[in-house]
Amino acid sequence: MKTGRAVLRDGRTAWGLALLGGMALVAILAPVLAPFNPIAQHDILATRFLAPFTRDPSGAMHWLGTDNLGRDLLSRLLYGARISLSVGLLAAGLAAAIGTVIGAVAALAGGAVERALMALTDGLLALPRLVLLLAMVAFLTPSFGLIVVIIGATGWMSIARLARAEVHGLLARPFVDAARVAGATPVRLLFRHLLPNALTPILVAAALGVANAIGLEAGLAFLGMGVPAPAPSWGNMIATGRDALVQAPWLATIPGLAIVLAVIACNLVADGVREA
Amino acid sequence: MVLRLLTGLALVLAVVTATFLLINLAPGDPARLWVGPGAGAAELAAARHALGLDRPLLVRYLAWLGHFVTGDWGTSLVLGRPVRQVLLDALPYTLLLSAASLAVTYVGGIIVGIAQAVKRGTAADTLLTVATLAVYGMPSYWLGLVLVLVFAYVAARHGWPAWLQLPALGASGIDAAFLSPWGKLVDRVRHLALPLATLGAIGIAGTARFVRGAAVDVERQDYVRTARAKGLAPHVIELRHVLRNALLPVITLLGLSLPALFSGTVFVETIFAWPGMGRTLVSAVSARDYPVVLAATAVYAVLVVLGNLLADVLYAVADPRLRREGA
Repeated sequence: MKTGRAVLRDGRTAWGLALLGGMALVAILAPVLAPFNPIAQHDILATRFLAPFTRDPSGAMHWLGTDNLGRDLLSRLLYGARISLSVGLLAAGLAAAIGTVIGAVAALAGGAVERALMALTDGLLALPRLVLLLAMVAFLTPSFGLIVVIIGATGWMSIARLARAEVHGLLARPFVDAARVAGATPVRLLFRHLLPNALTPILVAAALGVANAIGLEAGLAFLGMGVPAPAPSWGNMIATGRDALVQAPWLATIPGLAIVLAVIACNLVADGVREA
Repeated sequence: MVLRLLTGLALVLAVVTATFLLINLAPGDPARLWVGPGAGAAELAAARHALGLDRPLLVRYLAWLGHFVTGDWGTSLVLGRPVRQVLLDALPYTLLLSAASLAVTYVGGIIVGIAQAVKRGTAADTLLTVATLAVYGMPSYWLGLVLVLVFAYVAARHGWPAWLQLPALGASGIDAAFLSPWGKLVDRVRHLALPLATLGAIGIAGTARFVRGAAVDVERQDYVRTARAKGLAPHVIELRHVLRNALLPVITLLGLSLPALFSGTVFVETIFAWPGMGRTLVSAVSARDYPVVLAATAVYAVLVVLGNLLADVLYAVADPRLRREGA
């Protein structure tokens, strides 16, 4: 079992966590940091498509310019971080919880239960996740909660496989027999002895899961099937920017850089924890 | 093998059943969509009857399944054309794009990953590690837009050579019907360039990260140390001992990466107006064209199952240990 300090000593994890922490802080402080209201539109014709580092007629500075409706891009980016990061973390957390439970139950139960659960896992794992998500949003009305649930519900399979393999490995260890002989119930065995020891690989997979969830949320928003407008999300900002790609290239490119940064941060954390 | 085929069929059945249930249990009435908001109650009832929506769910499911397996996938509510025709028109485009990206991804990714593993710890390795991580982190729809910006607009504005000015939309130019066979091929390749570059770049980055990891793992194995101790030339060790063993997990990755590849094609087809299954699916989802959504989901499931079978066969060919076990 690696200690937190050993994990942090790996530079990648420290960098990744610092990046993610910084982004989370910015998201939380968005109302304080954002220079403008992210959805307010004033005098659209005079303020739309302003380039980065320009002032609008009222003299206010738009550090990253404005979009097609004259909304401040920096403010939208900061508020957008709230949706992207919270969907990413919540959906990946949900996926990790479902996956851990299913994997651990399969390993502990064995027999037909295990075979059935793993068949379900492998089956879902073999499907294009975006196609599953699209099939779901096609007939359900997208909302913040629905997006979290469907991204979480389509992302637990790799974690279930990991958790099952880890628990199987641990079940062969003497300390588990000792706990059993001492009269530990299956639930206690699972939570006190098995899961704590299976934590590292699950954390690695969960960190990658956050990256995937952020990308998928943005992707759905990009296709116009994410958290409904006018709430800014990095994905729907890219979609807006796409319609003005030539006129205002910063609109599509800057939110994409934010996604890339978040995904890199998650991967750094995962790489660091894996090799610590 | 037979078992895998049956499992695959069960998976496809499960997918279409789940999608069918989702569609039929979700709020929203396809009949209402069909007749339009202005229709009266009688017209709505007639539409419900025509679409079979007035029958019990199980009856509808069995009837639908019967039609489905015999290739009758219904009529698109939006396009008014048989769904089978809509998807069969789109399928070759998706297959072309997917097969081309798979080829580019694996050739490029293996070369980069092995090169990194051989030179590991050097500045070039570190640089490539950072670069592949950055590219791997790029959403395909975003990288696609950036490439369009560069190769369609910037290239035209700054008068780059003609072969670098690439079309951003569609699978062929408007004059394609009048081109010679050779001209048609060039036209198709030029239209394929940006979608392929998008999927290829992200795929190469992901595969290179994986191959580098696998190769570094193999380098730590005892048999590699033995080979070194025997005094074998470094390039012999890399080719015979490291590469061959590092490529085994890569074949597994082939099967595992198909779902992600198809997810990628959905975005890329949408960005580049590439007339494939992904674009069809996205339009169908936007328009709630449920027969198309159902059938497209099923076709994707079939493609993935077939791809996984192919990966299994490749694996058995590549690893003799597995062949004996599986016999």
